[in-house]
Amino acid sequence: MLDRFDDRLDPTFAAPDRTRLIARLKGVLPADGLLTTPEAMSVYESDGLAAYRGQPGLVALPRTAGEVRRCLAVCHEMEVPVVARGAGTGLSGGALPFPGCVLLSLSRMNQILAIDPAERLARVQPGVFNLAISQAAKPHGLFYAPDPSSQVACSIGGNVAENAGGVHCLKYGLTVHNIARLEVMTIAGERVVIGGETLDAPGFDLLALMTGSEGLLGVITEITVRLLPLPTHTRALLAAFPHVRGGGEAVAAIIAAGIIPAGLEMMDHLAIIAADTYAKAGYPTDAQAILLAELDGAEADVAAGLEAIARLCRAAGASAVRVAADEAERLRFWAGRKGAFPAMGRMAPDYYCIDGTIPRARLADVLEAISALSAEHGLPVANVFHAGDGNLHPLILYDAHAEGEMQRAETLGGAILELCVAVGGTITGEHGVGREKINQMCAQFTPDEIAAFAAIKAAFDPKGLLNPGKAIPTLARCAEFGAMHVHHGQVPFADLDRL
Amino acid sequence: MCTTARFRLPISTASEDCAEALAEQVRDAAARRTPLSIVGGGTKAFLGRRTHGEPLDVSRHRGLIAYEPSELVISARAGTRLREIEGLIAGHGQMLAFEPPRFGEASTIGGTLAAGLSGARRPFAGAVRDCVLGVTILDGQGRRLRFGGTVFKNVAGFDVFRLMAGAMGRLGVLLDVSLRLAPAPKAVRTLAFDEPWPAAQSRLNRLMMTPLPLTGAAHRDGRLFLRLEGGEAGVAEASSELGGEGLASSTWDELREFKGEVLGAPRLWRLSLPRRAVLDLPGRWLINWAGAERWLVSDAPTETIRAAARDAGGHASLFRGARDGEAVFEPLDDELMALHRRLAGALDPAGILNPGRIYEDL
Repeated sequence: MLDRFDDRLDPTFAAPDRTRLIARLKGVLPADGLLTTPEAMSVYESDGLAAYRGQPGLVALPRTAGEVRRCLAVCHEMEVPVVARGAGTGLSGGALPFPGCVLLSLSRMNQILAIDPAERLARVQPGVFNLAISQAAKPHGLFYAPDPSSQVACSIGGNVAENAGGVHCLKYGLTVHNIARLEVMTIAGERVVIGGETLDAPGFDLLALMTGSEGLLGVITEITVRLLPLPTHTRALLAAFPHVRGGGEAVAAIIAAGIIPAGLEMMDHLAIIAADTYAKAGYPTDAQAILLAELDGAEADVAAGLEAIARLCRAAGASAVRVAADEAERLRFWAGRKGAFPAMGRMAPDYYCIDGTIPRARLADVLEAISALSAEHGLPVANVFHAGDGNLHPLILYDAHAEGEMQRAETLGGAILELCVAVGGTITGEHGVGREKINQMCAQFTPDEIAAFAAIKAAFDPKGLLNPGKAIPTLARCAEFGAMHVHHGQVPFADLDRL
Repeated sequence: MCTTARFRLPISTASEDCAEALAEQVRDAAARRTPLSIVGGGTKAFLGRRTHGEPLDVSRHRGLIAYEPSELVISARAGTRLREIEGLIAGHGQMLAFEPPRFGEASTIGGTLAAGLSGARRPFAGAVRDCVLGVTILDGQGRRLRFGGTVFKNVAGFDVFRLMAGAMGRLGVLLDVSLRLAPAPKAVRTLAFDEPWPAAQSRLNRLMMTPLPLTGAAHRDGRLFLRLEGGEAGVAEASSELGGEGLASSTWDELREFKGEVLGAPRLWRLSLPRRAVLDLPGRWLINWAGAERWLVSDAPTETIRAAARDAGGHASLFRGARDGEAVFEPLDDELMALHRRLAGALDPAGILNPGRIYEDL
């Protein structure tokens, strides 16, 4: 299991003088700001990827940017690894404690500092929940667009660290497209302001580099996000297909027709059954696939767009097309989709959520290949995904208590990701590499590219203290992983067209 | 030596792959620690500081690599001309949403990305960096590296591909780029209002808070120009709500081509500001991006202009007409500059890729 760090394949650090570290950190944190006992620290053992667990050395709970800065300076001086953590909802093990690290929890920094409706900006602390920003902006007729499924519980700092997406990013973009300014503390304890309340900043686009850097480059202590005017009309449509291929073809046809829906989501049969049972969404449970399309904008444009989508779905073989009659039905459509992950919890004792992206045109091929891999590994896979941007979320169902099943789930997940890379896609669309996909990075990037990432990391963090063992593999790991996966000169999925 | 490459879509220019020859030239320069000046079409040579390296000509490394209209993605070698790409995708009802400025026939897609300039649609549809999906570069040691890819949602590795936008070649030689395309709007309408900037600014601050299909907002010579784009019905509805005088859309082409007294001036300042900023600087203005980008022709001293932009929460750059050795971009504070230098050192340890183009000491 990857939650075991390996001295040969991952960075290593000498154990610090714990007594001295505690004394130093107590000096820079409030009285209740340092957890030192295993009992108190146990909730920080894992993030949203609950199968992975690790033990931090200490947990720091700063309340201010200044405290974050001073904590980092102490860790930097004493050469102690630091893992920053937001709400801990991430699905890739990005906040998994590195053994003996100082786990820096930013959850107490949870204030919305200012909303500036005229500039359409909100200045917030990293621990603010994603949804809370939209709620605070709503009285001004504005909203924050990126909406990961976990938006009630995930924090904006984590969203920036992971470059989080959501169901509406096809139209509104990812986190990187919706932020303006960051206050970042470097591992050396320097404060750096990146971006500004303008549409660009002098120098390199560090705002883009920092977004999605998974806590490897710095610790974000303040974020200014961009807000958008709430659309006047939003309507949704549900199309049922007797086969998955038809759904995939409808997606390609909609995009090719020049329609960019606010959201375009697909679920396969197993996911439909689970979500409908869980959320009473009114899904056609005999369908092999359903497509959910949402349009927003001017009333007449929305109506015309829905008509066009309905026509394209029927042409692609849809057996039924239903436009939500009212807001209640629209929300029911989405309740099923947004509840799809928890719904899986009722289908199997455990599930493992994968996050690859592929070119849209390969949807049907890839779903068929996933189904073959599922049979080969003997574990069912349900598919729920952001079809509009080709971001798949295969959910592997397994039982962690059954001998070897967790390992099989991990192997199957890895095979699915390598399939995504093989068709010209990527191993992660929005969940991040974290610890989980550290080996697959070696499948997507060459040793030279990995070395370039490491050099960029070193430009910010020369001692490699920030979130070690995550996101960017060591070359030693890639050498080992590569040797494991290229057997007899054969690359995986040799029968698939390479893009 | 370049090799001839083929692509199944008909295009006007030859398709050539010069990656290996370029890599060799970079490796050779790195070994000699001799600076290179990366050149594409040469239409943006005025941008940034003057540099004096050996020319590295990327313009022959050109041609399409992939274009699948239903994927909304185009991939092309860096020397491919912008005009050619725009012509091809327009034929499929698509466009580059960031509306890149056009500085002449020879402008290349690589130069467009390296310069990081975005047009009138920027506040509404995003910048160049928002449209980049992937790049292949040569780093300062001549190694060929690929970052990102051809899919929109991709968070594997650092976003080095976005970092290339506006880096002016300092972090790598662009070999090929993949860009996200947008469907061209079905309906376009331009409205004009005769009102001075302060009144136009208040109007814009109000409009920006309401859901309108706005994709352009510029002000010059006492007139505010608004562009509405989208579905027929939505555009018609919004334009009757807004009033104003309906116009042909040539205003936006003039902005894109940097024509007219302000944008065509030999010494031109660009100020990037919060929209609501109020500045008291003498000179002729042209305002774009609903007030967030302002162009100024002025005799005011350099430091006066920079300080005014800074005090308003923005920054000023001397877009055109910098004298030899004169600073172009707003200086960075010490911590940020140190980071910039280390970052450039990470990708170009010998410091040979366009050194001094952005800042004298970078």
